[in-house]
This record gives sequence, C-alpha cells and structure tokens, in this order.
Amino acid sequence: MAFFALYFIVSFLSIGIGGYYLLKKEFPEQDPLQIVNSFLIFAILGDLIVRYLMQKLPIMNIKPMLILPIKKRSLVHFVLGKSTFSFFNFMSLFFYIPFAIVLIKEGYDTPGIIGWLLAMLFIIQAINFLNFLINKNNIAFWVIAVGTAGLIALQNFEILDVRIYSQRIFDAIVANPPLAIIPLGVALVLYYLNFNLLKNKVYLDDAVSKKIKEATSADLSWADRLGDVAPFIKNDIRLIWRNKRTKTVFLMSFLFLFYGLIFFDNPIYREKMPGFLLFAALFVTGGFTLNYGQFVPAWDSSYYKMLMSQNIRYRKFLESKWFLMVAMTTILYFLSIPYLYYGVDIFLMITAGAIFNIGFNSLFLLFAGSFNRKRIDLEKSGFSNMQGTSATQFLIIIPLMVLPMLLFWVFDKFVSTNAGLIAVASLGIIGLLFKNYFMNLIEKKYIKDKYAAIHAFDQKS
Amino acid sequence: MIISNNISKKYGQNEVLNIESLDIPKGQSFGLVGNNGAGKTTYFNILLDLIRPTTGQIKNNNVIVNESEDWKSFTGSFIDESFLIGYLTPEEYFYFIGDLRGMNTADVDTYLQQFSELFNDEIIGKKKFLRDLSKGNQKKAGIVGAMMGNPSVVILDEPFANLDPTTQIRLKQLLKTLTEDRDVTLLVSSHDLNHVTEVCERIVVLDKGIVVKDIQTSSKTLQELESYFAV
Repeated sequence: MAFFALYFIVSFLSIGIGGYYLLKKEFPEQDPLQIVNSFLIFAILGDLIVRYLMQKLPIMNIKPMLILPIKKRSLVHFVLGKSTFSFFNFMSLFFYIPFAIVLIKEGYDTPGIIGWLLAMLFIIQAINFLNFLINKNNIAFWVIAVGTAGLIALQNFEILDVRIYSQRIFDAIVANPPLAIIPLGVALVLYYLNFNLLKNKVYLDDAVSKKIKEATSADLSWADRLGDVAPFIKNDIRLIWRNKRTKTVFLMSFLFLFYGLIFFDNPIYREKMPGFLLFAALFVTGGFTLNYGQFVPAWDSSYYKMLMSQNIRYRKFLESKWFLMVAMTTILYFLSIPYLYYGVDIFLMITAGAIFNIGFNSLFLLFAGSFNRKRIDLEKSGFSNMQGTSATQFLIIIPLMVLPMLLFWVFDKFVSTNAGLIAVASLGIIGLLFKNYFMNLIEKKYIKDKYAAIHAFDQKS
Repeated sequence: MIISNNISKKYGQNEVLNIESLDIPKGQSFGLVGNNGAGKTTYFNILLDLIRPTTGQIKNNNVIVNESEDWKSFTGSFIDESFLIGYLTPEEYFYFIGDLRGMNTADVDTYLQQFSELFNDEIIGKKKFLRDLSKGNQKKAGIVGAMMGNPSVVILDEPFANLDPTTQIRLKQLLKTLTEDRDVTLLVSSHDLNHVTEVCERIVVLDKGIVVKDIQTSSKTLQELESYFAV
C-alpha cells in the first residue's frame, strides 16, 4: 500500500511541477490554468467517489475517551477536526500547491492564484465532510457515480460542454479571489451538519459501534484439487477477500492493468525510452504480485504463532502464496490481450514482463518477505495504511523493476529489442525451471528466521 | 512425556524463567499457577518452540522441541486469541485446523457434534467471523480447535478466563473426561485456584520463573494454595 501512496505522491508532485509546461507545449494556444479549471469538476467528483469507497470517519477512535471527563461535543469536534488532516486531504495538495507555485512564477496574478489555491483547499475540506454525510447511503453513491458518468458522456458525445462551465466557475475565482469564501462557507456548513448529526449519537449502540458484517462463505471446494496446498490457498483467498487492505490490493491490481495506456501510446517512450515501456509492461501484469508479495508473511502476522505450532510444512504455506501470485499474473496477462491494439511488439513486451513476474518476481518477493519484521493488523485498514512498511519495501523495488529495465535497455541498445525481451523472459524462465531449488532456499531462510518473525509479529504498534 | 531440563529464559539481565527439572508423566493433568509475570506463558511458549530457551531443553515424548518438529503432530494448543484466524468463521477455522491434522470435512463435523453443549448455539452456524465473536466464544473455539485430531498432549493457557459460569463448569467436565483414560497429557495454566485444583491432579506454582511448589492435588490443596497467595 505504501507503494501506492508513494506512487501517487510522486505522480501528483510531478504533474504539479511539470503540468504547466506540458500543457503549454501540447496546447500552445490555450491557457494551461484554464485547461486545468475545465477538468476540475471531474477531479472533484472523482475525489468524492474514491473517498466514498475508501474513507470512513474514524469515530471508533473516541471510544476510549467516552468515559473520560470530556464533553461529548468536544469529542465530536475532535474526531471531525482530526479528519481535516486525513491522508485523502493531503493527496491532491501534492498537485495543487506546486501547480500554483509554478503559475505564480510564470507571472499569473498572485492574489488570484492564492485565492484559487485556497478555494481548492476549502473544496477538499468540503468533499471530506460531504463524504462523511453521504457515506452511509448507497443511493447517494449511485447518484454521484451515475451523475459523473453522465457528465463524462455528455462531454464526450459533445451534447453539453461541461468543461466550459467548470472552467468559468474556477476562472471566476482567479479573477475575483474573495470568491474563495464560498467554498469555505460550504465546508463550514457541511462541518456543522456533520456535527449536528453526530452530537446526539455518541453512544456505543449508535455511531460509536463496530459494524459487524455477516459472514458469507463462497464455495472454495474447487481448490481441493490442488492437493495439500489447498487449505492454505483457501485461507489466502479468504484473507484477501475479507480484509479491506488485502482486498484493495486485489482490486487495485486490475487498475494497474490500465497502467500501460499512459506509456504505450506515447511516441516519446517508444523512440527514446523503451526501458520505460518495459516498466509499464511489468506493472500491467504485476500489480498483484508486487503489492501482495511484498508483505508475505506479514499478512499472516496476527496468527503466525498458531501456524508455527501446527503440524504444517512451511513449504505449503509459501507454495500457496506463490500459487496465488502466479495465478493472478496469468489472469491479468490474459486480460491484457487487448493491448495487441498497440502492436505485437508491445504485447510481446507484456508477455516478457509476465514471464518475469511469474518466474523471477514471485520467488524474489517470497525471499524478500523473510526480511519483513513488521506486524500488519488486518483489522485496521484503509488506503493510507502504511503498517508493515519498512526499508525492505523500498529496497526490493531495485531488483524487481530496475534489474529487468536495465537488462532490457542494454540488450535493446546493443543487440536488438527482441534480444532484450528474450533476456528479460529468460530470467523468468530460469526462475521457473529452478523453482524447487529456490523454494528450498527460501523455506530454509524462513525457518531460520522463525523466532525473529514470531517476536516481531507479536509487537503491536 | 514432557521432560524439562535446566530450562531458563533471560531477556538481557532479567531472568523470567528458571526451571531446573520438571517431568510431566503421560496422562497427567498438570496445572500451572502463579501471579502475572511468573513465567507460565513463557514456559508454554518454549514448549511450543515459539521462543528459544536461553539454556536447557524440553523433550515432548522424546522429541527435543527445538530440534525436531515431530512433536507438532501430537500436540494441540491454545495460548491466546492470536491462535485464531480472525477473518474465518468458526466452521472454516475448524476445517482449516482439521485439514492440517488430517481430518476431512465429515470428520470435523462429527468431532464438533460432541461440543454442541459447550458451544451453546453461539459458535456454529452464526455467520460471524471469529474476530466478531465475544472473548468467551473466541476462547471456546480456540480450545475446541486445540483438541482436534486426537492430540496426546493438550496445552491450554488460561482456559477458564472470560468464560461464563455455565461454560466454566462444562469445560471442567470436558477436561476431566479428556484425561480420564490417561492417554492425554493435559497442561493448563490458570489464575482460578478453584478450577485448577478441581481439574488437575498435580499443581506447580511458579513465582518469578522459579518452581516454588509442586503439589499432588488433595482435599487440602486449595487451602494450601490460597494461603500461599494470600500475602
């Protein structure tokens, strides 16, 4: 997850800094700020949808304080006030702030831009509080989702130019910065509505109650055919599906499938930086392997002691993780077939990437996992959850991504593109051929580190 | 059955356990009592090879626990809720443990039937994940899980804590029947002197990691223990 967070921060930051110049270059006759303004309405709606799916008011946090001599009103103010500083509110600032700085540097009217930036800040807060209000309501979500899709459709089929209205609204703020007070007002009203709604509900059987979900069991008996890894695979599937954080990892891996769209269409990468095409190709099929694999065995940290006292072969536990990573990579690979649209060479690249993910990355991540010494509480969840993250997570990126890119680059430059692809795929095939040998090594490493892992996973942070 | 030799555990300068010798014969129901920090859980953790002793070794049925893993096939245990897999329903958990212990679904179902009274309709078929059960019900599930697959050694840390009175009485009965034909060696720790004297035929008192009393349970044991702890 840390990986996603970091990825988004870096992406937003780079669009924030470079966005102005990029737009200027691509659309020299238009004003970059106006282009951004015309899209803001979609950004805001998108933000709301993402928040609806991922952000909840952490009201359970005040449970321990209920019996302390603190007024209930203060507790509600506290929990709402704290949400002002949530991860979701900071995320987009990584774009807005550098973008505003660049605008001022490029000679835009300073008060206008500051007004614009403040307006964005207030709008973020307004979305924050709007989300808490509508979060309990599925209808609200569908209204927003369908509405957004509708607006996009209207725009795309040129029935209604939504962008021009968006642009006018935000242009008006730049022209007349005191208007930023309007979103501030909206944010305050939404805050007040939240406060009013919550203030009489601070009871354990009302707002401050844990929602208990009914357990629904899917039939996983098909897994029994996989032999003695079956119990672990069934467990891992339930692990992924029934815990928010792992579920996000799973669903996000399908999002990564689209990652290639950013790169494959762009002639700059094709001609000058083919190494980055491979980078994208690795991500297309590797989203799950990378994000799930890097936290093995920490996913199982809360009951690791139990596993270690059972009569299991460690190998089966690891094989199950390996199987899942390989299966998901294969599924994602088949789903990536439409990339043939960009040409056979791109698809071959994805193929090489998939082979590398299956053969090399899956094994390497299992090995790297033996260095994980941070507990993950599955019951704590959320997009911003960085628990379990340590320097290991950042170090492993090098062999996982940089190694194949470098290998490809060298062969591509000095021999041919196909040689580069073969080189990358070969590493994967070697991994696959010697899987048992490497698995033995990995298993030994895990067994050796057993006590350290038990001790570390016992530490609740 | 379980032979502990010169077991000690030190964290830095702080010695939390030091047992020169402790033999638990096969079929004994053995109780471990002591105040917090006495070393009960540490002893169980060493016995389960979850932590390493600083010195000495424990043999479980002639298997040195930190050298071979063969003891795992005949040892069942429940130490705390970290032995449960929170995102599984109790049924799924039992099937999982059953799988590890060589029982198929039908075996597990038959096995679970004998516990219907203990479960009191609060565990099976409730469509709840283990993480959403009350502490007492979690404990019941854990204890029943520990006894799966006919283990010859059963280790339970604080089995009576968090249980309601009826379940406490039922569990006592259950543990007594378990050791009745002297096939199963039972190790329990408890803070409840009443229960432990009732269930166990031998009680060892630990204090700051050292064995201070080793009693064959008799009618006077409860009194003896109460006067020991009444300081």
